[in-house]
Amino acid sequence: MKKVLETPIDPEEVKELRVGDAFYITGTIFTARDAAHEKLLELDDEEVPFDPSKYAMFHCGPAIHKVDGEWEVVSAGPTTSIRMEIFEDDFIERFGTRIIIGKGGMAERTLKALEKHGAVYVQYTGGAGALMANAIQEVEDVYFLDELGVPEAFWMFRVEEAGPFLVTMDSAGNSIHADVAEEIDKNLTRLKEEL
Amino acid sequence: MNGELEDELVEGIRKAVTSVTPGTKQRLNEAKEKEEKDGPKVQMEAILENIEVGEKESRPICQDTGTPTFFVKVGYDYGDKEKIKDTITKAVRRATEEVPLRPNAVDPISDENSDDNTGRFIPAIHWELVEGDELEIHVMPKGGGSENMSKLVMMTPGRGLKGVKETVLEHVAEMEGKACAPTIIGIGLGGGADLALELAKKAHLRPIGERHPEERIAELEEELLDKINQLGVGPMGVGGETTSLDVKIEYAHRHPASYPVAIVPQCWANRQTKVVQNAQGNVEVIE
Repeated sequence: MKKVLETPIDPEEVKELRVGDAFYITGTIFTARDAAHEKLLELDDEEVPFDPSKYAMFHCGPAIHKVDGEWEVVSAGPTTSIRMEIFEDDFIERFGTRIIIGKGGMAERTLKALEKHGAVYVQYTGGAGALMANAIQEVEDVYFLDELGVPEAFWMFRVEEAGPFLVTMDSAGNSIHADVAEEIDKNLTRLKEEL
Repeated sequence: MNGELEDELVEGIRKAVTSVTPGTKQRLNEAKEKEEKDGPKVQMEAILENIEVGEKESRPICQDTGTPTFFVKVGYDYGDKEKIKDTITKAVRRATEEVPLRPNAVDPISDENSDDNTGRFIPAIHWELVEGDELEIHVMPKGGGSENMSKLVMMTPGRGLKGVKETVLEHVAEMEGKACAPTIIGIGLGGGADLALELAKKAHLRPIGERHPEERIAELEEELLDKINQLGVGPMGVGGETTSLDVKIEYAHRHPASYPVAIVPQCWANRQTKVVQNAQGNVEVIE
């Protein structure tokens, strides 16, 4: 059975998620890349145009175009999350975002913030942009488009069973990325010795 | 005659970005069967479902529709040679609107995006003159994520073949899932720095599963593929059985003092088609 989480996000539900769990989301997700993180962190509270604690955040710069005056998503896979490592703990601390969707994993600072705030980092399969576009029912809104440009703007997507999202970092301090890196290192040492 | 070539090139680009090559799809299906743990299995299922959606809806499988890259073989006796470059450029502009593609050509000094996927030296076109009167254009949009994981090592020649194997394994380990694994590893050995990198990229033109015609190179490809898949990177770097779908090696003779080893990875979204025009002007897109 598909596990489906709905937005607004229930913090208790997220706290229980552990690495290896996979789920889908129905509701609203917003995109944010490097410039978007920086932008929101610069603003005063009353200038923030939406509540980032309610929705899942997606590291993504979509391929998107206008058809008959309406925005239509062409393809929307994840971008490499580690670029956002320098902002993410501050972002989580200030805005209370609890589900971060991206690819490739994040590092120690983010992991600590996830633990402190009961949040998770989930991996969406890199390159799976058509599948995500298919789950997007509507572009609800876009913020700072003129200032940030298409890939960097905040796109608010209404999604129906978007996913699968694989929890790779959880609020109990577990990280699949750290575990796999250690495993790869051991395997590499062995393989080189055998040459 | 060039109108038809332009139309078929647009179609070739569309077909390339909305699916993966048949051999890639087959290997991805096999890779899915091999994964037993939930994490890598979920990644493989999403990859395959994504390809299905792309094909069914004629939708780019990845939002990064790549740098438009073409490998052109022109017959000595092919007619309108002077029009080829122009036709390819026009087709790229049209495909950017019609497919559509994400605009991926940025001026490195001003940071301005040209918004139509063309610019200085872009589309990237590699030329080769061959016998005959036909034109063959290999379409290979190359994503930025995997291209960022490319590497050139000017290896100390004394390290020999063992050094080549170490270099490749170390680099694939360092890449983790960042080039969107399961990857295809293109390797260029020898030549100078430029030639090694070009060969590593060109190696990807050989279909998945097809070995190098020279047995010693074919064996090296098999050996490296086997060892890479023991690294445990797995689909999208979450651990698992398949790190790479294939290894492709091309080589050139090297300077006695140099041993360039170039590695150009390709993400699982291995998007390629071929557009062929014969002497009569008939054009065909081959998947």
